[in-house]
Amino acid sequence: MEILSQIASELECGAHEAVRALTQSALEQELEAGVILERGLLAGMQVVGDRFRNHEVFLPEVLLAARAMNAGLELLEPHLGKAVALSRGTVVIGTVQGDLHDIGKNLVGIMLSGAGFEVIDLGKDVSPETFVDTAHETGASVIGMSALLTTTMPGMKKVIALLKERGLDSSVRTVVGGAPVTEEFAREIGADSYGFDAAHAVECVKELVG
Amino acid sequence: MRPRLQLLSTDLLERIVDEALDLLATLGVKVQNDNAVALLADHGATVDRESGRVTLPGSLVTEAISKAPSGFALYDCLGEQTHDLSGDRVHFTPGSSGITVLDAGTSEMRTPVTGDLVRFTKLTSRMEHIEAQSTAFICSDVPEAIQDSYRLFLCLLYCEKPVVTGAFTIESYALMRDLQLAVRGSAAALREKPLTIFSACPTAPLKWSDVTAQNLLDCAADSVPIEFVSMPLSGFMGPVTIVGSLVQHTAETLSGVVLSQLANPGCPVLYGGSPAAFDIRYETTPMGAVETQMIDCAYSEIGKHLGIPTQAYIGLSDAKALDAQAGLETSMGATLAALTGINSISGPGMLDFESCVSPEKLVVDNEICGMTQRMIRGIEPRDDFPAQPLFEEMLRDGHVLIADHTRKHLRSEHYFPGPVIERANLSRWQAEGKTTLGERAHREVLRHLEEYEPSRVSDDVKRDLVELMTEEARRHGLDRLPDRESQEVPAR
Repeated sequence: MEILSQIASELECGAHEAVRALTQSALEQELEAGVILERGLLAGMQVVGDRFRNHEVFLPEVLLAARAMNAGLELLEPHLGKAVALSRGTVVIGTVQGDLHDIGKNLVGIMLSGAGFEVIDLGKDVSPETFVDTAHETGASVIGMSALLTTTMPGMKKVIALLKERGLDSSVRTVVGGAPVTEEFAREIGADSYGFDAAHAVECVKELVG
Repeated sequence: MRPRLQLLSTDLLERIVDEALDLLATLGVKVQNDNAVALLADHGATVDRESGRVTLPGSLVTEAISKAPSGFALYDCLGEQTHDLSGDRVHFTPGSSGITVLDAGTSEMRTPVTGDLVRFTKLTSRMEHIEAQSTAFICSDVPEAIQDSYRLFLCLLYCEKPVVTGAFTIESYALMRDLQLAVRGSAAALREKPLTIFSACPTAPLKWSDVTAQNLLDCAADSVPIEFVSMPLSGFMGPVTIVGSLVQHTAETLSGVVLSQLANPGCPVLYGGSPAAFDIRYETTPMGAVETQMIDCAYSEIGKHLGIPTQAYIGLSDAKALDAQAGLETSMGATLAALTGINSISGPGMLDFESCVSPEKLVVDNEICGMTQRMIRGIEPRDDFPAQPLFEEMLRDGHVLIADHTRKHLRSEHYFPGPVIERANLSRWQAEGKTTLGERAHREVLRHLEEYEPSRVSDDVKRDLVELMTEEARRHGLDRLPDRESQEVPAR
């Protein structure tokens, strides 16, 4: 079906208006919403993802593609069965207590939103209680923590300890990142995942929510 | 604004030229070729038969300068224009005539053979920021008498880019011309669309050998572009000072300009060179020396002042391995040369003075050339004024990652080098295998060779090239040309 490959290729170029119009026509041609999603939108997104991993395209192209996908998804939403959850889940993110650096964390937030997650950005200098309370209240499935300073890194461990203390560690998973943070440190403090950059952090979150 | 480097004041520059003119008019140049001597004598030069020195009156030199074109174009094997050698336009060319190749497998420098030049030529065809190819190696598996033409033959067979080359003997020019004619179709077509640049190297101090002078005259007659490669060695075969070396370089180069413009007024030439600040401690000719690079940039200023496009052997390194010295000397030279506006910059891929060529270094240098090309595009406003709308958008969206302004200018405003230049963060670099620059460069060499696409020159032309070369080889006792696809390396 040509229209599906058109949707995919327009999505690859980040042409959100074209994707919206084509998705509308596809629906008018009575194509199934699930098919449009799979073979149009997601197929295009897959190509962009592969190109990004191969360094052929950069962050902006991925974000543009994500915006185009969301434009199509909005139209499909009413036609998709309840079994298809549109939001991939909620992620609470923030820079840990005592740390005022948030460039990396912001980038993770932008990338997660682009990938279809609901993002609650608590900003910087976030206490362990705020992280855990917010995750609990919003039903978030992942907490993402960032730090730039070695002195504030222990704040990550406190959040993980608090989750355990409240018995939430199986329902709320954790991902950590930031310049001084290493995979080894993440393992030591019992974090579920470690993202070495913003794009990788999104991969980690996707894996955690399975 | 195009950024520009200037090393000479106008006063000093003019004084250097005056002194060079004075040298040519009083001491003259020694010319060991009868045709050249006769040509000069016919046009007012004075020949001292005993010493072989020819003195050139100032008027002869200034007239020749005025006849030399202020620029010319080069065309690839398919006839498409690739070079505009004029103004401050900059084009990179691999270093040439390496007598060794740095073998990535053994990390040793060894004697190159046919397969090495074939692979290097294929690699050059894929280097985005290196617009010409050069006859990079002297292949040791063919007889000496055809080593120069054989390089050009391989280059024309495997890569479409124009070729910087040169002849080692008077006799071999004929075949090197025929190889070009096979590609272009006719002498007129070759004249109209030059395919190669031939080096013509005066001997320091102030001398033209029989071979070089004859090559120069032959190229000029065919309108094949010539680059004069004067090589004063400061403190040895040239005054120890930079100014003194410049006077010598100017005199030697201008004598070449005279010969070429007498042979064929208006024939294309490059005001080039390969001087060096002689390192008396090691008796070597460092190309990475800052003084060498200063001489290069300064003589280019002189060439441009005289209205002649320029060339230099700069942007190469004296290091013996692909190490930090290789990177710093190459990028310093490439940067200074580009800022000076040297039109043809010969150097990428070279190590060990001008002795060794490294495929891996060519890949590294390609990225250096990319950065350099970006730099000379300078700083220009690109939809930046008025600034307020973009800043409003940034404040509203929290970022400009997908702003129209970003999308429009990201890839033109920023050059993204890689994968040789490493910019991932520590963790990602570790996750991707903790590679060294040498490893990444080697991987790139293999990838490029894997993805190489044959030259689009017609099969008929390729057959003609092979026939011409095979005949010449037979004349010199070689019944069959070496296997060009062989991966074998000579025994150590």
